[in-house]
Amino acid sequence: MKSTFTKIACLFLLVGNSITTTAQDINVLVQNVKKKIEKVNDYEAEGTMKTNVAFLKIPIAKIKLYFKRPNLLKLKSEQGVSFMPKGAMSLNLNHLFANQQYVIIDGGNEKINNQLVRVAKLLPNDDNSEMVLSTIYIDPANEVIVKSKTTTKENGTYELNMYYGKYIGFGLPDKILFSFNAKDYKLPKGITFDFDDGSSQKAKTPIAKNKKGQAEIYIKRYLINKGLSEKNFQ
Amino acid sequence: MWSLLQIELYKISRRPRTYIAFAAIMAIVLIFQFAFKADGQSYMNLMLQNVQDNFEIDRSKAINGYFMCYIILNTLLVQVPILVALIAGDAISGEANMGTLRLLLTKPVSRTKIILVKFIASFIFTIVLLIWMAIFALLVSMFVFGIDDMLIFRVKGDESQIMQITKDDVLWRYIAAFAYAAVALTVIAAMAILMSVFAENSIGPIVATVCIVIFFTIVSNLNVPIIDKNVKPYLFTSYLVGWKGFFYINANADGQPIKGSIENWPAIRNSLCILIGHIIIMLGIAVAAFNKKDILS
Repeated sequence: MKSTFTKIACLFLLVGNSITTTAQDINVLVQNVKKKIEKVNDYEAEGTMKTNVAFLKIPIAKIKLYFKRPNLLKLKSEQGVSFMPKGAMSLNLNHLFANQQYVIIDGGNEKINNQLVRVAKLLPNDDNSEMVLSTIYIDPANEVIVKSKTTTKENGTYELNMYYGKYIGFGLPDKILFSFNAKDYKLPKGITFDFDDGSSQKAKTPIAKNKKGQAEIYIKRYLINKGLSEKNFQ
Repeated sequence: MWSLLQIELYKISRRPRTYIAFAAIMAIVLIFQFAFKADGQSYMNLMLQNVQDNFEIDRSKAINGYFMCYIILNTLLVQVPILVALIAGDAISGEANMGTLRLLLTKPVSRTKIILVKFIASFIFTIVLLIWMAIFALLVSMFVFGIDDMLIFRVKGDESQIMQITKDDVLWRYIAAFAYAAVALTVIAAMAILMSVFAENSIGPIVATVCIVIFFTIVSNLNVPIIDKNVKPYLFTSYLVGWKGFFYINANADGQPIKGSIENWPAIRNSLCILIGHIIIMLGIAVAAFNKKDILS
């Protein structure tokens, strides 16, 4: 009886110890990711953005992305009338760590595109924080965030999928898939006096209304830590 | 034929009512431009609705000369038929009213030729009116508001869409749209001339043409499924707005607009054919009726 009790006690100790070790690991990993991101004080990025929203037929935009620590980020279109996703702030990974007061919860391991990633959930301590919860998926080998899901109070949930290339050393992705909740767009009938070309009758089959919008951002080049004027953020 | 046409054009140019049309177009366009310069954002807010919750849109760039012209044409091309009817409706009945029709027919010119000349004169008036409209609605708007990409707001069945046409892909669409509008307004001219053949004074055909256009336009835009299916295809007014088809840009599978494309060219071509068919039929009836008419005035 005594030996069984000792065995159970040992088992609890082992499990408890292993949990503590994992929790420490995820804290260390998150800190390492943060350090990598913090190597970048500012950057200017050039690229293109393809917007996929059911009701929008807009061309691929040439964009410029400006960032300056701690939390300035501006996404600008270089030409034409632009539709810039409002949640673009979440493209700035610094904002995840901007407020030091958060609790990190270990979400275990997951696989993304056959790649093993560590999952960490960041819970802000501040009740007034716009961010409710952020789940980040970290590539432990390269110490970069490959995916993040951020739920906000006012603007729904944003999801980022990031693909890295030559700027992986700075934790800056070459390709970003930015998903956001897109509200339905409906104009009252008759307001636009449209030409009925018969195509609406042909397309009477129910169309799956995708409420998710997505922006695909491809970055051609980054200019890192060259010093940026705040004028770029106006 | 040429000298007859010159006489007809001279007659049109001497009528004060001819210039009412030009003054009206200029006034409406300038008021629109002023209103959008002063508070175009309100209109943009209405059209963009909750898109602004998800996107930051540079609305000042969106209100540009190309966009303004589209908005003005959208409004004006409902009223311009009235202005065309004002001239074409007077073609035969005006002569009858003044007692010059019998005198005109004593000349060695066939009645068919007289109708055709009056129709061509009305057509030329329509073209000049459209050029005037293009100068004010497009060129002045481009000068006042500048040029940029053009946004088109569209309701297609149960869906609403926002399409963006890049600025280097817009001008040819306007040229095509104005050419289409010329055909559409010529239908009104042909109808007014047809009405004019049966009347002894100008008011009747003008009012009749305007009433038909307004009534058919209302029916065309009722958006009642049974009317949309069974009545709308048979009303010429349903095809008057076909010029907009040139601005419905085609998109690829990813939703990106294809530069230089039109979503449904066959529909525009069919609409054009229907409108030309209306011109031929109405002009044919007008010629036949005028040839058989006993001229008493």
